[in-house]
Amino acid sequence: MTTARNRTAVDAPELRRRVRALLDAHPPATTDHLDFLRARFDAGLAWVHYPVGLGGLDAPRSLQAVVDAELAAAGAPDNDPRRIGIGLGMAAPTILGFGTDEQRTRLLRPLWTGEEVWCQLFSEPGAGSDLAALGTRAVRDGEAWVVDGQKVWTSSAHLARWAILIARTDPELPKHRGITYFICDMTDPGVEVRPLRQITGEAEFNEVFLTGVRIPDSRRLGEVGEGWRVAQTTLMNERVAIGGGPTPREGGMVGLVAKTWRDRPELRTHDLHQRLLRLWVDAEAARLAGERLRQQLALGQPGPEGSAMKLAFARLNQRLSALEVELLGEEGLAYDDWTLRRPEHVDFTGREAGYRYLRAKGNSIEGGTSEVLLNVIAERVLGLPPEPRTDKDVPWKDLPR
Amino acid sequence: MSTPDLLYTEAEDDLRAAVRALLTDRCPAPAVLAQAESDQPYDPAVWRALGAEMGTAGLLVPDKLGGQGATAREVAVVLEELGRAVAPVPYLTSAVLAVTALLGCDTDDEAVARLLRGLAEGRTTGALALPLAGAPGEDTPPATVRIGGDGTLSGEVRGVAGALGAEVLLIPAEGPDGYGLYAAHTTEPGVTVAPLTSLDLTRPLATVTLDGAPTRRVAGADRARAAVRRALLTGAGLLASEQLGVAEWCLTETVRHTGERHQFGRPIGSFQALKHRMAALWLELVSARATARYAADALATDNPDAPVAVAIAQTYCAEVAVHAAEECVQLHGGIGMTWEHPAHLYLKRAKSDEIALGTPGRHRQLLAGLVELPAPTG
Repeated sequence: MTTARNRTAVDAPELRRRVRALLDAHPPATTDHLDFLRARFDAGLAWVHYPVGLGGLDAPRSLQAVVDAELAAAGAPDNDPRRIGIGLGMAAPTILGFGTDEQRTRLLRPLWTGEEVWCQLFSEPGAGSDLAALGTRAVRDGEAWVVDGQKVWTSSAHLARWAILIARTDPELPKHRGITYFICDMTDPGVEVRPLRQITGEAEFNEVFLTGVRIPDSRRLGEVGEGWRVAQTTLMNERVAIGGGPTPREGGMVGLVAKTWRDRPELRTHDLHQRLLRLWVDAEAARLAGERLRQQLALGQPGPEGSAMKLAFARLNQRLSALEVELLGEEGLAYDDWTLRRPEHVDFTGREAGYRYLRAKGNSIEGGTSEVLLNVIAERVLGLPPEPRTDKDVPWKDLPR
Repeated sequence: MSTPDLLYTEAEDDLRAAVRALLTDRCPAPAVLAQAESDQPYDPAVWRALGAEMGTAGLLVPDKLGGQGATAREVAVVLEELGRAVAPVPYLTSAVLAVTALLGCDTDDEAVARLLRGLAEGRTTGALALPLAGAPGEDTPPATVRIGGDGTLSGEVRGVAGALGAEVLLIPAEGPDGYGLYAAHTTEPGVTVAPLTSLDLTRPLATVTLDGAPTRRVAGADRARAAVRRALLTGAGLLASEQLGVAEWCLTETVRHTGERHQFGRPIGSFQALKHRMAALWLELVSARATARYAADALATDNPDAPVAVAIAQTYCAEVAVHAAEECVQLHGGIGMTWEHPAHLYLKRAKSDEIALGTPGRHRQLLAGLVELPAPTG
């Protein structure tokens, strides 16, 4: 964080006292949903580790659980975090880390209450795993920037008021150095959002076309040319939070397949039995590895095992859902619904087996492909030498594409 | 069921450091190879230092019976290190299998207590006279030894690990009073231990032949089956930690080699085709460690889930160890195929361990019953 903070002596009993004061002043039963969330933010009980005045109390992050438990017990409304995950998980820490006081004051409160939804304009058709190759251009025009380009895989773009955006401001520099980070107003007339239909038939994501979009220089985050570094903050916060309680045995995809196996003896074959048992063991091994990682984190000994979990999860979801479609046999030939829909939430274990099979294909692509993650493990965990690179020191404009 | 502790305690870390220091000093790869080429079934000096002097032989044995009063968790740490060094010592067979079988007998019995004390203090070495390939489970492996009319033992047990060089054999046998567990000294008349040419050079097998050997019953029908089953369950669960150690050495050594070996003008470990295989192996090791720790903790705490934990760990770690050893040979290229390089010692141990105490398929079959994922009928 860029500003010095005065740690207030806020402990758990003090937080409980403040929660009671909030509940007394704004009884959830008789208070408008949004009014309550605003009052909670103003009381510093939104995210207690944030600074005073920005929804927090400069308290240790671990004390948030105290507040959440007290409020849940009192039946208070929450901010539906699944709906605003990109704002909470990615935009907010970046704004806090790199934003001006004016940006933080204007943006963080409606972000947290959910009044303003955020989306992320990072990936492009020509810049996926190699995000730093992005080609969306931002050209300075007086006190503003004019942005032209195309972004893709943008969830919530059709609902969003704001976007975090990275664009190329200097094509003469090597690719990591000519990028700048902006806050883009999604209501600008140059922003066009089109649903991106996936293999499941749904459109969880969008393509976003930016044509002559004007962004005032006051909505830049960080210095010109520093966008890659700022984006690292965003991406570090993208990793799946390993928190909450332990997962029970047969939690997740394996439980669905095991249930079908137990409920439908007429579908069983010897071949499927052998494969199911293998996957059951793999799922249990991955669950135990996740539990072990949680125990390491609880002791403050985070290991590199975190990157293993996403890979294991993707592979297991794919194999288990594939097995279930095969197990269903004739019923596996049917699909529940191909209608183009825009789901509010995505549940990998939702709908029917055919949907789960198709949706799981994305698990090894989204948030870092399995191939890139294997490189990361090989080079950062095992310390193997990197591949020779020809793209790091060449001006972006001269790169082959 | 309380949450199992899947980490290593400080005491376990200290134990690991001590065992590793001993093995680094006394058991380097060339010494292991020289030992394997000798006529001795194990390295008596290393075994004495590890088992008797460090006291690891008695980890599972209570203090009052001359042991350390530790648990399967500490034994698992020792086995990880023994696997990493592919050490030629009868630890699994004496300090785990034989000791656990005796702990299932009546330890108030003077003869049982005396046998345990000898094993715990590392003064004697023991072996459970069952084929190494036997799996745990509901059914005790059938005894191939009989008590004759004259009260002596006769019969043959093949593929026994740890019997060569052992002083005491614990022999399951069927007699007029049913199934029992009997003790015999290998020096007694009528007891023969004949070496087999074994795939695993560091854990040689033998055929035990009994021909009118004198008997000393250590457990009768009431306890013997449970004692043998507990020994096999404990052995299988802790073997997973040895397999983890084998796999760890194979990955570490492969990473080291491919980071140094140059072909086509660069380290071969910089090629994605190779580094992805090593990264995939590392992922397997992360899960293997979690399953092995869970099995050790479940055995240490008498968790009712122990049979499930052992089956998961054994099926998972057995395959990871074989995979790691096979990758080690392949990614070392030509040098990995030589007798001189230690990779083959690990491959042979890993492949033998895969069969030892139940194959992965056998353990999956056990799981099917334990977690109610039944096979198709008919």
